[in-house]
Amino acid sequence: MSAEVVQRPLPRLRLRWSRGAGLFLCALGALAVCVLSLRIGSLDVSTADSLAAIFDYDAGSYEQTVVRSLRVPRTLIGVAVGAALAVAGGTMQAATRNPLAGPSILGVSAGASFAIVTAIYFGQLTEPMQYVWFAFAGGLATSALVYGIGTAGAGGASPVKLALAGVIVSALLTSWTSALLLLDRETLDAVRFWSAGSLAGRDLQVLWTALPFLIVGTTGALLMSHQLNVLSLGDDAARALGMHTGRVRGVAAVLVVLMTGAAVAAAGPIGFVGLAVPHIVRVVVGPDYRWVLPYSVFVGVMLLLGADILGRILMRPSEIQVGIVTAAVGAPFLIWIARQRRVADV
Amino acid sequence: MAASIDAAAPRPPRLRTLRLGAVSLRIDLRVLLLIAVAAAGTFALACWAMTLGSFPIAVVDVVRSVLGQGSDEYDFVVRTLRLPRVLSAVLAGALLALSGAVFQGLVRNALVSPDIIGINAGASLFAVFWILTLRSSALLPVAAFVGAVLAAVLVYVLTWKGGVSGNRLILVGIGVNAMCAAATTFLIVRFPIDDVSRAVLWTTGSVYASSWGDVALLGAGLAVLLPAGAVLMWAMRVLQLGDQTARSLGQAVERTRLTLMLVGCGLSAVAISIVGPIGFVAFMLPHVARMVAGPMSGGVFVFTAMLGGAYLLAADVVAQHALPVSLPVGVVTSALGAPYFLFLLWRTNARL
Repeated sequence: MSAEVVQRPLPRLRLRWSRGAGLFLCALGALAVCVLSLRIGSLDVSTADSLAAIFDYDAGSYEQTVVRSLRVPRTLIGVAVGAALAVAGGTMQAATRNPLAGPSILGVSAGASFAIVTAIYFGQLTEPMQYVWFAFAGGLATSALVYGIGTAGAGGASPVKLALAGVIVSALLTSWTSALLLLDRETLDAVRFWSAGSLAGRDLQVLWTALPFLIVGTTGALLMSHQLNVLSLGDDAARALGMHTGRVRGVAAVLVVLMTGAAVAAAGPIGFVGLAVPHIVRVVVGPDYRWVLPYSVFVGVMLLLGADILGRILMRPSEIQVGIVTAAVGAPFLIWIARQRRVADV
Repeated sequence: MAASIDAAAPRPPRLRTLRLGAVSLRIDLRVLLLIAVAAAGTFALACWAMTLGSFPIAVVDVVRSVLGQGSDEYDFVVRTLRLPRVLSAVLAGALLALSGAVFQGLVRNALVSPDIIGINAGASLFAVFWILTLRSSALLPVAAFVGAVLAAVLVYVLTWKGGVSGNRLILVGIGVNAMCAAATTFLIVRFPIDDVSRAVLWTTGSVYASSWGDVALLGAGLAVLLPAGAVLMWAMRVLQLGDQTARSLGQAVERTRLTLMLVGCGLSAVAISIVGPIGFVAFMLPHVARMVAGPMSGGVFVFTAMLGGAYLLAADVVAQHALPVSLPVGVVTSALGAPYFLFLLWRTNARL
């Protein structure tokens, strides 16, 4: 009996060490995917050339010009957006205590799209850099509405109610968005590429506008991971432990809107990354958010850039938008989660 | 004792029994009256809808043209342009509402409708594929039907885990919906723009530019599937008592379920292949019908069809004439249907 007590800390230490090593491996993996993203496309570039394009740029080389002007922005946006969406998904899942929470399920993307399209239609938006603010407003309003409807009523929050509210609000906003686009060709032309959800052909200026929000949101969420752990014990337990649950949830919500609003503004609506990544990570590292969120950063990068690379090579020389690939890869995840016992029975 | 039970029980419907040789029908007079009222309302609405437009026509002239005794001046506008559109809206609305009634009864969940659980998305995927690869509308309803059935089977199989739970079915359906939508977007992005524009117009869901051919297809679909569905409603009510009870009452549960599913898929596929995926009609109208006429039965099923037709027609009138620019009818049905859905969700009890 006593021997068991003495031996207990050992496996936990080993676990922590192996989790640390795993995180390092994930970081290496993310780096490798970044390099692949620089190399692969309709024009394949050698690793040496693609690295030279960054560190030792030779303007005369065609390959290096391609890498520097097209693939570097694309990869940077992929890294920022992938990390932010994944962390936002994890944070949402913890704060709402709902395994189905994610930016696309809660309608944040649809709300941001609607706000941007409306703003363009009424002539308030000319620069893509201004998208960010409308994306924030739309994302915030929509997620508040969906969460409000999903948690209201006699039963309180449940995964199914939240998912249904999100799907319906998204459907409504999408139909209004398409009506606005049908009314006005100029608006359609302005947002056509943005609304497909793609990393290609984005302006780096947009990323620089969105980046501070992405960094603040992601860092804040990572710093909050201990609070998220407590919150995921349930409201009663968290309150008994002395946590001001309302305040923590509010901060988490603001961070999530910062991350997803900025990500949607930079790359357009990209679904299912935020839903799937935390679940993949949890299978490996368990439910501790102090590990789930850092892992999510790297796995999110790997998943989004990986999907983007897949979209580039599946239909060479043309491309599939990354939003389509992530939906095709991520939707089965939703089904898999739905088949888990604890979700369906809630 | 018996008297007190009778007093507590709800007022029994005024049933009349109609016997035709070996067949006998129980007819609820109240439902029959409701059907008549709905039919008259739909007819009045249709006549009024045909007077509206950039070339206004008096109601009398509309009716005369419809009956084939109008002047040449009005005949073209009424019989070639407006009547097919009005009829398409009514028939498609009826088909969509009926498919919703079948699926809601089938999974015993009032929040299910074919547009939420991926049936419509599957039909759309196959229809878009058909339009893009074959560039013709021939056999489009068949392609849409195959897509709808495959999506339904996929949802059912993926939900199956020693039984089908309603909540799991909704979540799996949302996932299947997303996959089909992604595949449809992929097709639209992949194919050359000339071919795609027709498919895109179709995916917005509209009764714009309906022809007599469309009306004939919708009408044929409804003529086959409405009686089939109405007859099956009796089996469905038994099924709703639960699988065990239904089995002990002698029902072949799986076969009934399969038949109902095929009918539901057929209803939604015929409508979708002609007018495109118009949202929320299938979800909303069965609710309204049940609220007005009581639990689903053969008669209420017919009433649902009437309501669906009237609703889609009204929505199309709003979409076409309420704003300076005409909108696809799907925008109006979502604008009305989505808040209603959210209201139901908000009010719903803890069981979901």
